[in-house]
Amino acid sequence: MNGLLTDAIFWVFAIGSVITAFRVFRTDSMMRAAFYLLASFAGVGGILVLLGAEFLGMVLILMMAGEMLIMAIVMVMFMMNPAGLNPMWMVHQHRIAVAAGLVSFFALASVPFLVDFPDRPALRPEEATAELGTELLGDSMLVFQTAGVALLSTMVGAIAIANRNGRFGEAEDGSQEPAAEPGTESRP
Amino acid sequence: MTLETVLVVAAALFGLGVYGALSQQSFVMLVMGLELMINGAILALGAFWSRSAGGNPQGQMLAVVFMTVMAVEMSLGFALITNVYRVRRADITEKLRRLKG
Repeated sequence: MNGLLTDAIFWVFAIGSVITAFRVFRTDSMMRAAFYLLASFAGVGGILVLLGAEFLGMVLILMMAGEMLIMAIVMVMFMMNPAGLNPMWMVHQHRIAVAAGLVSFFALASVPFLVDFPDRPALRPEEATAELGTELLGDSMLVFQTAGVALLSTMVGAIAIANRNGRFGEAEDGSQEPAAEPGTESRP
Repeated sequence: MTLETVLVVAAALFGLGVYGALSQQSFVMLVMGLELMINGAILALGAFWSRSAGGNPQGQMLAVVFMTVMAVEMSLGFALITNVYRVRRADITEKLRRLKG
């Protein structure tokens, strides 16, 4: 692809990704926040495709599409004001958070200009997917399998945590605050 | 699209994620901040893979591990959100002042 065109597409994805990432924390609706986050991930997926990691970019977009739908459902279930009918501004320690975000941005953004990274571009990015497949089921199979087992145990753990009935009875049992005085009703 | 520019974009995403994870009260928004941080990390990894590491397939392997971490973090986070909401009726961090219920 033409270098100038690639650059133009890259900047569209990059600026779009950063702006949507910022909008995640500035929109009134949590639903929209989930979709802004999905747009940000889609931008990163596009940049990954431009960089030659087509498989990773597409997997990222697919995975995040599913993840954001789950996130949207969780919000509708639990959160107040999921539709953004009222203004939402739920923040704490805002100045410290802004300062920490800016500090981490400038610290990380200065690294590529201060450090001399090796300049070894990918030689055959068109074969990257085939190489990744060989790596997944070849030398790195143990890593791949471990990731699979980790995901399986996460599923089991997540169900065990979220389940109403745990191993030792119902979730509510023993989780109420104890009464201040013996014999009085416990606070809900 | 050089290594530097992509890394600056990744740093911006990471910084926004740090801001979100520290500032948001709602649990779900907090998880979104964490996801944004991992998003920036994946982008930086892709940039290094493509521009600095000669397209080594193990770099992509590491990105797959990052995505696994993202999925684990989010599913366990939502399981905890579900449990905390059931037990304490809490949906923002300020309602959880003590670990012991």
